[in-house]
Amino acid sequence: MGWLDLLLTADSALRLATPLMLCAMAGMISERAGVIDIGLEGKMLAGAFTAAAAAALTGSAWAGLGAAMAVGAAMAALHGFACITHRGEQIISGVAINILASGLTVVVGIALFDQGGQSPPLGPEARFRPIVLPGVETLSGVPVLGPLWRELVSGHTLPTYLALAVVVGAWWMLGHTRFGLRLRAVGETPAAVDSAGLSVPGLRYRAVLIAGLLCGVAGAFLSTAHGAGFVREMSAGKGYIALAALVFGKWRPWPVLFACLLFGFLEAGAARLEGEVLPVIGRVPTQVILVLPYLATVLLLAGFFGRAVPPRALGTPYSKER
Amino acid sequence: MTAPAVRLSGITKRFGPVVANDAVDLEIPAGTIHGIIGENGAGKSTLVSVLYGFHRADEGRIEIDGRPAEIRDSADAIALGIGMVHQHFMLVPNFTVLENVMLGAEGGWRLAGGARGARAALARLGAEHGLEIDPEAEVGGLAVGLQQRVEILKALFRGARILILDEPTGVLTPEETTRFFGLLATLKARGVTVLLITHKLGEVMAATDGVSVMRGGRMVAHRVTAETGPEELARLMMGRDIAAPARPAASAPGTAPALEARGLGWRDRRGVACLEAVDLALRPGEILGLAGVAGNGQSELLDLLAGLMPPQAGEIRIGARRITAADPADPAEMRRLGLAHVPEDRHRRGLVLAMEAAENAVLGYHHGPQAGPPGRLSPAAMRAHCARLMARHGVRPEAPSLRAAAFSGGNQQRLVMGREIEADPAVLLIGQPTRGVDIGGIAALHEQILGLRAKGCAILLVSVELDEILALSDRVAVMAAGRIVAEFPCAEATRERIGLAMAGIPETPGAAAAMAGPGAAGPAGGGGGGPGPADPRH
Repeated sequence: MGWLDLLLTADSALRLATPLMLCAMAGMISERAGVIDIGLEGKMLAGAFTAAAAAALTGSAWAGLGAAMAVGAAMAALHGFACITHRGEQIISGVAINILASGLTVVVGIALFDQGGQSPPLGPEARFRPIVLPGVETLSGVPVLGPLWRELVSGHTLPTYLALAVVVGAWWMLGHTRFGLRLRAVGETPAAVDSAGLSVPGLRYRAVLIAGLLCGVAGAFLSTAHGAGFVREMSAGKGYIALAALVFGKWRPWPVLFACLLFGFLEAGAARLEGEVLPVIGRVPTQVILVLPYLATVLLLAGFFGRAVPPRALGTPYSKER
Repeated sequence: MTAPAVRLSGITKRFGPVVANDAVDLEIPAGTIHGIIGENGAGKSTLVSVLYGFHRADEGRIEIDGRPAEIRDSADAIALGIGMVHQHFMLVPNFTVLENVMLGAEGGWRLAGGARGARAALARLGAEHGLEIDPEAEVGGLAVGLQQRVEILKALFRGARILILDEPTGVLTPEETTRFFGLLATLKARGVTVLLITHKLGEVMAATDGVSVMRGGRMVAHRVTAETGPEELARLMMGRDIAAPARPAASAPGTAPALEARGLGWRDRRGVACLEAVDLALRPGEILGLAGVAGNGQSELLDLLAGLMPPQAGEIRIGARRITAADPADPAEMRRLGLAHVPEDRHRRGLVLAMEAAENAVLGYHHGPQAGPPGRLSPAAMRAHCARLMARHGVRPEAPSLRAAAFSGGNQQRLVMGREIEADPAVLLIGQPTRGVDIGGIAALHEQILGLRAKGCAILLVSVELDEILALSDRVAVMAAGRIVAEFPCAEATRERIGLAMAGIPETPGAAAAMAGPGAAGPAGGGGGGPGPADPRH
């Protein structure tokens, strides 16, 4: 694999890691506030469908993005209603969200478009197009930096740049703002937050809603930037991989980003390896290659990187009665 | 005359059918230290929770500094200048001192702006009140006394003029307690009104200007501290003079012990010595009371004796069996050897709350005839056994099919006690039998224990309630810092002597080396193996 190959793999890794980054940050914000979010997958899937449907109907990718974020937030509000207001079991509520999304996207899709659950293919104007950053031309003659800028940094769609900005924003928010301090506190010791005169449900709702918005963006990326329309079950377990990246990254922004990029790289690498004849091994069957990222996920999570300590109050509904 | 800092009138708070506060009145003059005293469950904590906005009163009025106040949540209370230090600290363990102090009073949406001011305020408050602390230290790693300091700083940082302290000394070492009373004086000198919630008479007498006594959810008396004494307060708290239950003489001291421990030692995972060279002997027909501040090794000792943990040093003899590190016994074997155990934490170790009383009544004895024919659990047999047990030990309601969680604390405890007594043990270990049990229930539990003693059982009674130890024990041993530091026969055991031994102060008069005693060097509140520093007293 040459230098350019590596660059192209990295470029595609960044693209493949985009929904992972968005969902993992969503999960991080929700779980640092103490609410387990196993419904990342469902919210992303619903977001993907909504984005494609709205883009198909209005012809605007921006309308798609807005609608996807609204639906993500609505499903998050449902999750919050079940497990913050009514102190329900958070895993069950999250699974319910996933099942709901999986079923509703197909049912509504058939009702709207009558294409077996798919949305109509989206034209270029209804999609997020790759953004060519300034400087590609200027730098094209420069060795190393030129190709790096052209192939890796430039040429991604808006949601990918947004995802990177979200990681930086989440890091800054958690560590440097009042909201972040309160968020971390409510996920560790909600009683302390209550005793400080702050609203535990209020903080948790905000965290859960932010998670919903981010999942919506991830969904919009899948159907209106990465793909050109909605295909049933197009989230394909990425929400769960994001959850794995979240645990692997120990609920901290930079390690989580690293985990997402690693998973993206494994997936991109697997795609590159397809059909290649490797020395010693020979031709690797496609199925084996496709399973690699998932296998790597399992192995990485099996404890190569020390024990992950979750937020103390994660999964525990707060109640004043002691 | 200035208006009182706090005036509560007719405060009533119900939790379902339970009336936790029944038309409570209270008036605290500004700038004084006021004690509220009462037994566990008397309603003290509920009352201050209402004042701090944790719970809303069903009826009644609150006035702060002479003005009517509506306190809907803690934010309202904080705005009125009320601060509270909870019995179980409200601290985020993986936050720094600074972050904990700032939480809820950050001074702007960006932390950096508020942090500078908060750091300066901490330094100023620390210097003024003698509460110096490193603002960057992680709270979870601080000693309990320092964590309490953080809690007090939190309240002062928010400008608290009325400070509620809920059982503040329960988790402190004697040295920390002394320092704490110094702090109370400083706070008072700076005009802070302090509300001290406690069940320790000595603290009220030593530190307060006025005292109110609660019993069974009602306010039964207000006194000026200088005009009352511990005897009167105790009588008011209990509602009657507590006559020690009649107690026949113990069996001859020469009897061979039913259980003997020699040189027991145990260290926890961090290498802290929880038990060191503990010797004790339990004789038939005798109650050995083990007194001590919670977390001085009593829990570990019970675990070792019950077979829940193997000893790391020393040996336990029961009958002909010698239990050592090399040859440990599990709880099932201990039970076969005639030992029964009423654990300290009945919710976690004594009962399965989600299971029926009948199932709980055979836990640990489920291979025996109580549970049905060999190899089978028979619900009918278990219910019949449980019904007998309930009648004999006064468990109410007498409903074997009711879930254990549905019984009150006292009845749960009688169920556990009954289960162990029905097994007719030769040795009974009892941990904190009356924790969270109301006064009427306590008397019944004490009768149970004395009844078993009369049948010739050897009993180890571990309790942090000194009155209980004094009322029941034939001999009193005192634990401090993982050692048995003193032992008295019943007739010679007085509050003072036990108290001094608990604090690790040797009995020689004028001993200057008091603080070098084991109490001062002890592992502060490290007992029970629980996650937090606080003693889980519920």
